[in-house]
Formats: sequence, structure tokens, C-alpha cells
Amino acid sequence: MSDRRRWIGERVPRIEDARLLTGRAPFVDDWEPPGTLHVAFVRSNLPHAKILDIDTAAAAAHPGVAAIYTAEDLGALCCPGPVLVPPPPIEGAIFHARTPLPLAREIVRHQGEPLAMIVADSRYIAEDAAALVSVDLDALDAVVDLSTALNEGAPLVHSDLGSNLAAHVRQTKGDYEAAKSAADRVVARRFRYDRGVAAAIENRGVLAEWDARADRLRVWDTTQAPIPIRAAIASTLGLSEAQVRVIAPFIGGGFGPKVMFYAEEILIPWVAMQLGRPVKWIEDRYENFFATTQEREQLHESELALTEDGRILGVRDHFLHDSGAYDPYGLTVPINSQCTLLGPYRIPNYESEFRVVFTNKPMVTPVRGAGRQHGVFVMERLLDIAAKELGLDRLDIRAKNLLDPDEFPHNHEIIYQDSAPLTYDSGNYAPALAEAARLIGYHDFENERRAAAADGKRIGLGIVNYVEGTGIGPYEGARITVEPSGKVRAATGVGTQGQGHFTAFAQVVAEAVGVNPADVRIVTGDTSEFHWGTGTFASRGAVVAGNAFGAAAQAVREKILAHASEALEVSEEDLELVDGTARVRGAPDVSIALGELARRANPLRGAVKPGTEPGLEATSYFGPERGTTANGVHALIVAVDPETAMVDILRYVVVHDCGTVINPMIVEGQIHGGVALGIGNAFYEELTFDEFGGTTNASFMDYLLPTATDVPAIETAHMVTPSPLNPMGTKGVGEAGAIPVAAAFVQAVEDALREVAPTLELVDIPLSPGRLFEALQDAGEEA
Amino acid sequence: MSDVSIRTRINGEEWTGAVEPRLLLSDFLRGNLGLTGTHVGCEHGVCGACTVRFDGDPVRACLMFAVQIDGHEIETVEGLSPAAGTDLRIADLHPIQRAFHETHGLQCGFCTPGILMTVASFLERNPKPSDREIREAISGHLCRCTGYHNIVAAVARAAELLTEVEA
Ligand code: FES
Ligand code: FES
Repeated sequence: MSDRRRWIGERVPRIEDARLLTGRAPFVDDWEPPGTLHVAFVRSNLPHAKILDIDTAAAAAHPGVAAIYTAEDLGALCCPGPVLVPPPPIEGAIFHARTPLPLAREIVRHQGEPLAMIVADSRYIAEDAAALVSVDLDALDAVVDLSTALNEGAPLVHSDLGSNLAAHVRQTKGDYEAAKSAADRVVARRFRYDRGVAAAIENRGVLAEWDARADRLRVWDTTQAPIPIRAAIASTLGLSEAQVRVIAPFIGGGFGPKVMFYAEEILIPWVAMQLGRPVKWIEDRYENFFATTQEREQLHESELALTEDGRILGVRDHFLHDSGAYDPYGLTVPINSQCTLLGPYRIPNYESEFRVVFTNKPMVTPVRGAGRQHGVFVMERLLDIAAKELGLDRLDIRAKNLLDPDEFPHNHEIIYQDSAPLTYDSGNYAPALAEAARLIGYHDFENERRAAAADGKRIGLGIVNYVEGTGIGPYEGARITVEPSGKVRAATGVGTQGQGHFTAFAQVVAEAVGVNPADVRIVTGDTSEFHWGTGTFASRGAVVAGNAFGAAAQAVREKILAHASEALEVSEEDLELVDGTARVRGAPDVSIALGELARRANPLRGAVKPGTEPGLEATSYFGPERGTTANGVHALIVAVDPETAMVDILRYVVVHDCGTVINPMIVEGQIHGGVALGIGNAFYEELTFDEFGGTTNASFMDYLLPTATDVPAIETAHMVTPSPLNPMGTKGVGEAGAIPVAAAFVQAVEDALREVAPTLELVDIPLSPGRLFEALQDAGEEA
Repeated sequence: MSDVSIRTRINGEEWTGAVEPRLLLSDFLRGNLGLTGTHVGCEHGVCGACTVRFDGDPVRACLMFAVQIDGHEIETVEGLSPAAGTDLRIADLHPIQRAFHETHGLQCGFCTPGILMTVASFLERNPKPSDREIREAISGHLCRCTGYHNIVAAVARAAELLTEVEA
């Protein structure tokens, strides 16, 4: 293989940039076929209500309105949507599936649930007409507070269930009770994580066009998973999958919610077929705060049992998880919390139990991190508190409990979100922690703290570990074709939302077939180009699709070598693939271009050898037996003003290990973005609700996303422990940046305030300046 | 209300025509003119994705009506590198665009056109900015993908490239 110019591991600048930088890369809303009609939805203002009447007469009479639909007009279409992710087979688990109707009928269960759909010549007219619809709702008591939602006598989100319990899962390993009685110390605390939104800068949108002559439906959709969407559209609308083409073009950020399957994705194509006109709906920012799924309210009651010297004997964690009004995404988020809590640590006994709760709030499905950050927050907080109580150094207590490299694969004996036992594939945790400590200056920090104090500044340091289960199955595929021009075309089913797939996958292909990545044209997210696969989620693109590209590229390479060996009359072993040619080692003048080989592999006349396939093309699939486990350490230094409770992040260090890295530049970018999102979750972003369940900050004026002055420069270091579960050795990284930020952040803030408020314990996230201020007051009163 | 006639220059080209008074500038550029490089992320003036230049200054196209550009000049991302033909080559792009490419200053690219327009005006006024000044200059833009780290690097690099061009 010595001929291979290495592209994997190179910082190749992105191939997709030129189109994006010039404004030419098309996003869904940039398409508008002639004659397009526009949709606006009338949505419920109330979180829980009985629908008495929806009067659309005035709106229907408004000039420019083409059609109006309520639930009654949908016929058979008005049935509950599918459960997208069935719960894993966990013994004794209870799961009640409740999924929404495309338009609400009889009852609305969260603010923003759609009541009527208006189709008009322009969005302006559709919104004018929406204002003319008169909706008569009878308010019902709403379930708002997670902690009391399961109480006897609480109002019911789904009255047929008799309680608000959506699911109950208990998983155990070893015997926690026994561990507890053997422990020198047990630390018990309650933790809370509040709601936020994903806030991709591009809202959702769907454009559908029914071509009556071709008998085909074309749908442009801001989805992370075009292939499952195609299947759902085809089956719901009674079409063959071959009649439906779903295109997820450039997508303006995904972060999880765009992997959901939403009612609008059925309604818009259906209306386009009904009316025989292209129909488009683009979500606006206000709608996005209700109509797009969210995360992450959980309440934990947790215990950590340890020996005197800080060795972990066991963990118990009981938590409530807010699902919102429906649970189409199964148990993915709470199971991630349950499994990620174990982190990189050796935990012999674990008892974890959660209850998923219906509330009258928008639906919860994975948002970058997808429940993992809760687990990390609980575990790392427990270790911080234990270290303080036992008088141990917080780095030592962590280092002492890390799994050693010879303990892999490590089976945690509980079931993960991919239905397989939670088993870590590989890891080398101690060096990552040591490296982060070195980079942030942990061992010299007391001097730094004193120097800052002399300047009247209170600074603190935080350092935490995390693992991330990534790269789960079931599978992805890729098809690679060498064209007669010598350029390479390659397609996969996963969608792309800015992760650099056009470049990273091109690098994988380029390395195998001996071309420049710039000569590889990757197509993603168009079901007419590739129609097997599941989508971009769970940090799996580079692992699962990446390895499918690797396998297909290897297969194409073998075809190229076979044809070249025949053409040049030399044995395959004597050939190398370089610069778009196959040539003889040591005699580079004896060569043949890949384009020429592609032509010969697809002759227009004459005979081919029986049994051969035409062209230089191969399709391969990759399905890992289970997910890979990436890991890392975040460390930061903050300055806190105890008077104003303002926090300034002075430095931020990330050491991470996602196995083999295809493009370090892209991986670092993923981490930067994840950290910024994590900082938002930790300090700025909290979706707030009034006592009736109404959202009180549904705008970017009130819901604060971090800006360039809130996020520090981020220092990154890579460690590489390849995964044994795939040929390239890759692990995922898409969510890693976001997962441990809150845990690191509160540790640093507490550390900065340790003299002012020695009893301060931060157990709620997000820690807004307001919450920190109150916590400081409370700590002051106790002291 | 009846349409209002306007005369304006967009990316250097004269445009005259009539528009509905309530039509937002962002919708006018995208819908009427097909200049879809200007993106809309919030429609209430916070995210900055819709930023274009109005007589050289960055403005939010979602907070203006199309009629307000009567007699004024607008520049959108499509006007940044008119030399770039169908065969898009990085070398033909504007130095600011090149800098974003070199430093990986964009991921999904949805926020990017608006940021490019702000940066174009900023670097005209402040050709040698500090890191702090760069962060403040782009703090009116929301980017959910990059964590701003590489955008800051891109602006610093753009300042270098622009000085080289002038030198
Ligand atoms: S769309 Fe104009 S500022 Fe967000
Ligand atoms: S690159 Fe995606 S929002 Fe900025």
C-alpha cells in the first residue's frame, strides 16, 4: 500500500465552502418552483385545552387563499404518527407510546400544536388569513412541573392512561445496596437540568411538488434523515417509494431535532398532491420554539458510595425525564443519560431507574448530546462533592477510578440505546486526563489563583471527564463510481448539516483510489442518488458512513487494479494508483488514466467477460456490531464577580479521543461548536414557562444564545485510540463538545468562589447569572 | 395598498420596479430578485443571517422594507466576488471569502453570508483589528455551528489578505 498518498488525517480545506461562501449553495427555502403556494399554520396559544370550535369561514373568503384544512378535513391522514425509535428490549420496562396527530383534534396538549393549515398565494396572505381564523378553546389545567406531574390528582396529559407516566425503566449491575453498606462514605444529592432549544439558525421547512405527468412526488426537506422520511411519506400517501424523491440539500444546522419526523413533512406533500401545485412551508423562529422538538428537563436523586480513599463502590441514580406531550422518539434520551453516567470510571455496582413523564410542553427528542450531558453532570458533581467531603484532590479522585487500557472491551452489563449491551470498545483515559491537567496548568493553579486574587479577581478551575457512545448502527452505505472523465462520483444516504461530509468522505475515497479529494464529488441526502440508510444522528456519520465509503473505495480500487493489470499487462502487485492513473511501480511512464479504464470497463460494443459487472463502480455497506465509545476531558478557568454573579471564561481546553481522525480541522470545528452550545446550555439558555405552561421567552431577544463575546478561544488536543469495531478505527465526535461543559463550568465557578461562599453547591443547570446570584445569597445565609 | 415604485442599485446593477409597501427587504431580495444567498434565521433582527450592505453599511434586511431602499445602494453576498463564474474556484473569491475557507470559518454556512457582509464593512473601517475588536464586531451575529473560534481566525486572516492586496 506504499503507493497511497495519505489523505486520511490531513487538514484538507472544505470542498463545499466555495458554494456556501458565494451564497449559491441551495437551502430548502431557496427553491421556489413557479406557482408555489405558501403555508401558514394556526397554532394553539394554550398548552392544554379542549377544542370547542375552529371557524375558518372568514379566512377562506380572504383573497389569495387557496385552501384551509383542519383535522376534520384530513380524512384518513389524521391518525397518530409513528413511534420512530422503538424502546430497547429491557426486562420489565414499561413504555406507553403516544404520538401527535398532524393537526390537533378535540384536545391540544402543548402550546403551538397546529390547529389549522392555510394555503395561499404568498406567506403574507397566508398569515393575514391565519389571523382571521377564530379558535374557541376551553383551557384545561396543564401539567407543567415535572416534580409533581406523577402525583395523585395531577391533571392528565393523556387521560386514557390514568397517569402521566410514559415509561419506567430500571437497570442494575451488581448490588448497590451491598456496596452502600460496605462504603465508608455515601454522598447523596438532587440535581436538576432545565429545558432548552437546539436553535439551528435555519428553521425547518418543506417544499413539495407533485409532477402529475411523471406520477412522482419531489420533496425538499430540512431533514437529517431523508431516506426514512421518504419511506414514511410513501407509505402514508399510498405511493411506491420509487415515486417519492426526498432531497435534503444544504441544511443550516441540525443538532438533533431535524432527525425527527414531523407532521408538516406529511401535510405539505399531501396538500401539494391535493392541489396539484408546489406547496412550501418555512417555519418561522417563533414557531420553532414550539413546533420543533426540544430537550432536556430531568430531575435526579443520586448517591455515590465510596471508600475512605475515594474508590467508587457504587452509584444509585433515580430520575424523572420530561418527555413533553408525546414520546415518538422512544427512550433514546433517558437511556443515554442512564448509560453515560458511568463515564470512564470503574463502577462495580449501579442501580439506575427512571420515569419518563408526559407534560403539556413541546416534545422532547435528542438535541446535540441527547441526554448524555445529564449523566456526566450527575457523576462529575458527585465526584466533586465526594472529593470535598473526603478531603481528596478532585483530579486524584478521578484518576483513581478510571478504567485501565487492559480493561477493554468493558461491558457495563446494561442495555444501551442501540439495544446492545453497553460495552466500551477501547480507551486510554489516564493520559487524556493528565494532558488536560497539564494544558490548563492544574498543578500550578494555586499560584495563578493567588496572583489573580492580588489583582482583586476571583478565578477558578474546572476539569471533568466524559465518554460518548457514538457511531451506532444499524448501517449506512455508499456507492462510488469512477467516471470516464477520471473524476469520481460518490453517494451516501446520510444527510449533511455542516459537518464537512463533502470533504471528509472525499478524503476517504481519494486515499483508496489515488485521486485528489477535489476530484471526488460526494452526494448526500438525495434519495434518488442513494436510497439505503438511516440518517445523521448519534455522532455516527464519520463512523458508519465513513466506513461504508472505505469499503466501497477498497472495492473500486480492486476493480481498477484488475482492469489496469489487463490493460498494461502487468500483475496487480506491480501497480500503484497515483494522481488519477494506474501505473507500474518504478516505471511511472507505463500508465493508464482512471478515466480510460472507466471507459474500457463499460464498452458500448463487443463482448465482456461473463460474470463481470460494467463500470468502475462499487456499493458497500457498513453496519457495526455496536457503538464505539469516544472520550475526552474538558478543563476551563473562569473569573467570577461575586457582586454581580457574572462569569467570564478565561481559558478552555479540550483533550479528546475519537479514534482515527479523518480531518482534524473538521473535528476541531465540531468541538468548538459543541463547546459553544454547551456554554449556552450551562449559563445562558433556559426555556422558561409560566405556571400555566406557556413559554415566556420564545424569541432570540429573550432566549439568549451565546455570541462571539461569550465564547472563549478553545484550545484542543487530539489523542488517538482507534476503535477495533471498524476498519478505519474511527469514533464519532459530533456531540462530544457539548456533553461535559455544564459539569466543568459549575465546578470552576464553585472553585472561584470557594473563599466567598465555601458552602456553595451548584446543582441546577443552566446556571444563569440570576440563579448563581440566588445560590450565592443562600450560601451566604447558611454560612 | 397599492405598490410603490422604487429605483435602486443592487450589487452594482440598476433596478427599477414596483413593490408592495409591506414587503420586507429580505423577502424582496430572495423572492423577487432570486438573491437567495441572503438568509433568514429569525425575522426579528437578532441572528444577523440576513445582513446586507446599505450604502456600504451593514443592515438587517429582515428589519427593513423593500421600499426603504429607494434611491440607495444594496450589496449582498452575491456581489462580493462577481468574478467567480460557474466554475467556482476559491482563488477567484473575495479575500474575506478566501480567509473563511482557509480557516474553516464556516460549517453549515447558513449564518455565513450575513457575517461576510458585516466583516466587509468592519475591515474597511478597521483594517488591523485586535482579537477583542473582531469578537465585538461579529457579536451581532449568531452562529450555532462554529463556536466563533474559527470565525475570529477568519476575520484576522481576511485582514491580512486585504492588506496584502493593497500592498
Ligand atoms: S433574519 Fe434578520 S436578523 Fe435574523
Ligand atoms: S456555520 Fe452554521 S450557523 Fe454558522
